[in-house]
Amino acid sequence: MNIIVCIKQVPDTAEIKINPETNTLMREGVPSIINPFDLHALEAAVRIKEDLGARVTALTMGPPQAESSLREAISMGADDAVLLSDRAFAGSDTWATSYALAGAIRKLGADIVFCGKQAIDGDTAQVGPETAEFLDIPHVSYVRNIEWIRDNTIRVQRLMDEGYDVVESPLPVLLTVVKELNQPRMPSLKGKMAAKKAQIRMMGKADIEADEDSLGLKGSPTKVKSIFAPETKAGRMMIEGGPEEQVDILIKELRKIKCL
Amino acid sequence: MDYFLDEEQLMIRDLARQIADEKIVPVRAELDEKEEFPWDIMKALAQSDFFGLYIPEEYGGLGKGGFELSIAIEELSRACLGVSTSYAANALGTYPILLFGSEEQKKKYLPDIASGRRLVAFALTEANAGSDAAGVQTTARLEGEEYVLNGTKQWITNGGEAEIYTVIAITDRAKGARGASAFIVEKGTPGFTFGKKENKMGIRASSTRELIFEDCRIPKENLIGRQGMGFIVAMKTLDKSRTGVGAQGVGVAQGAFEAAVNFAKERRQFGAPVISFQAVQHMLADMATQIEAARALVYSVARYIDSGARDVSKESAMAKLFATDVAMKVTVDAVQVMGGSGYMREYPVEKMMRDAKILQIYEGTNQIQRNIIGQSLIKETAKKRQGG
Ligand SMILES: Cc1cc2nc3c(=O)[nH]c(=O)nc-3n(C[C@H](O)[C@H](O)[C@H](O)COP(=O)(O)OP(=O)(O)OC[C@H]3O[C@@H](n4cnc5c(N)ncnc54)[C@H](O)[C@@H]3O)c2cc1C
Ligand SMILES: Cc1cc2nc3c(=O)[nH]c(=O)nc-3n(C[C@H](O)[C@H](O)[C@H](O)COP(=O)(O)OP(=O)(O)OC[C@H]3O[C@@H](n4cnc5c(N)ncnc54)[C@H](O)[C@@H]3O)c2cc1C
Repeated sequence: MNIIVCIKQVPDTAEIKINPETNTLMREGVPSIINPFDLHALEAAVRIKEDLGARVTALTMGPPQAESSLREAISMGADDAVLLSDRAFAGSDTWATSYALAGAIRKLGADIVFCGKQAIDGDTAQVGPETAEFLDIPHVSYVRNIEWIRDNTIRVQRLMDEGYDVVESPLPVLLTVVKELNQPRMPSLKGKMAAKKAQIRMMGKADIEADEDSLGLKGSPTKVKSIFAPETKAGRMMIEGGPEEQVDILIKELRKIKCL
Repeated sequence: MDYFLDEEQLMIRDLARQIADEKIVPVRAELDEKEEFPWDIMKALAQSDFFGLYIPEEYGGLGKGGFELSIAIEELSRACLGVSTSYAANALGTYPILLFGSEEQKKKYLPDIASGRRLVAFALTEANAGSDAAGVQTTARLEGEEYVLNGTKQWITNGGEAEIYTVIAITDRAKGARGASAFIVEKGTPGFTFGKKENKMGIRASSTRELIFEDCRIPKENLIGRQGMGFIVAMKTLDKSRTGVGAQGVGVAQGAFEAAVNFAKERRQFGAPVISFQAVQHMLADMATQIEAARALVYSVARYIDSGARDVSKESAMAKLFATDVAMKVTVDAVQVMGGSGYMREYPVEKMMRDAKILQIYEGTNQIQRNIIGQSLIKETAKKRQGG
């Protein structure tokens, strides 16, 4: 079985600054980490490898510096790493990112593709599902548990606002994962030693046989007009006390705002 | 100070430190309080390959030496001696197999030990055999293809949790010091059970337990080395592992020292941080100097042993003796520097002080270390005279 884990290198903070003139992210001077959700994706892949046997490839699209994240992925159990990097990819939005990732995944071949639920910088949660669409394979998002894999089928639990869905899908499939899925392991010494020596495979636009117009800025339909933090809605209140007491207060409050 | 660690040694130190900071520090007080074996941490150490550090690559280890093991032990001890004891006792239990085991025994046991799938313990001590190992009363009688073990071992670290035990038992009492042999006994062997689990002053996360052998039959192949070599196996094992106890001393002293310095910078009395008082500075200066001296000795001895030196009893005894006496002194002084806060469970140093005491006792008390050093001195002077 071949598993590809898409990892994104992100700045080590949830509070990224945005350049007010260009409306783009300012990444200078911030240390980079692997997107935390992607560590859960990697852990899931490595556990499947340990249980059923598989080859785990970490894939990232990014600048040459993203190589350090790929080495870290190897130290945590990935067998291979691929860096998808090309000037032509610069300025990609989620569409162009997914298009390029899908091109690489098609070349590499995968039975399961893992993504994080979302990246802590871009935060769109679009890349996983979009990549699946480009690949024309099913996807399940917000996976919180993998129940089993057999006969070319996988059964997972998808986290919902309340409870979870149980979803079965044929392979190949793309899964985006939430933190509830597992506890990512520490790197291992053997992994770290392997990571130091590992050859990172490079792929550029020529390797993914891409349509030039679908790459980078040119291939990005998103135009960022302005970025702002949405206003948080005020007037929240917590009701305490026993159930009956709470119901009484709730009714009173609802009447007050004329909802009852 | 820079000890010129190579890239892989730095990797080992940094990863051990990361595990210590992320997995051990947050739970150490609770493990101490509840006297709970740190299985989660053992699993993390296993997953990160720490159990195979000193085991040759052909048996699934990393093929490093006692020096690298000491670095790892030091870092874990900086966070919690109870955890580091549970970890280091594996090396103690494994050395008999590593040093004297047959190829078959190595193939059978070392891969599981290196991966951390099975923990190991070393069992020498008994009620009447503490400092005086010759007092061992557990017997192993050869009956056909099996040895039959009878007796009780006490205070065995990892007892009950470990699955592989290296056990010293008497095979021929008439032969005195040459009458003991070393054996491998697996958990689950009929006739092998566990007795009382001790309630201890310190290193409470580690398990210290009785092993009871009642007509416990093990295959003849479980004899380590030859019959009669038991005490040699035990002594060479302790020679090898003692620097690890020294490394525990360096680590716990470092941990206590750091807590004391941080506290002294923050705590204000008489209108100034207490670290500004020269009396406090002098204590901290002595602590820092003693720790560095202990570390330098432990590292030097560990490297000396790894170089393949033949007789290392004296040097390993020195490393254990000095570094663990430093650990006791530094942890007591750390409590002093922190005053009443140091005495409270809210801060880590009272535990470190309780924990440090064991280092002067196990794997040979520090009196016994001085005896070993003294005997080596006598031997050396005798040799010099002979040589003219
Ligand atoms: C407002 C805004 C402005 C932006 N400005 C810029 C800009 O100026 N320059 C620029 O370079 N980018 C910019 N981006 C970022 C770019 O669009 C996204 O980083 C990228 O498309 C991924 O989207 P995301 O971060 O929302 O990832 P999500 O869709 O949230 O990520 C989900 C998962 O997809 C996978 N994934 C995502 N990205 C990658 C990747 N690169 N490689 C491998 N796997 C991946 C990971 O598994 C991740 O967990 C901007 C994004 C936004 C929202
Ligand atoms: C927490 C813990 C874990 C342990 N783990 C293990 C283990 O995993 N495996 C194992 O085999 N054992 C283990 N031990 C046993 C440990 O090695 C012994 O406790 C130690 O060797 C001392 O023996 P003793 O306690 O019987 O002290 P004793 O030998 O009774 O000594 C009492 C006092 O007399 C002194 N003394 C004795 N003889 C001399 C002498 N000749 N000269 C000068 N002073 C002397 C000692 O230094 C000490 O101060 C453990 C002990 C403890 C407390």
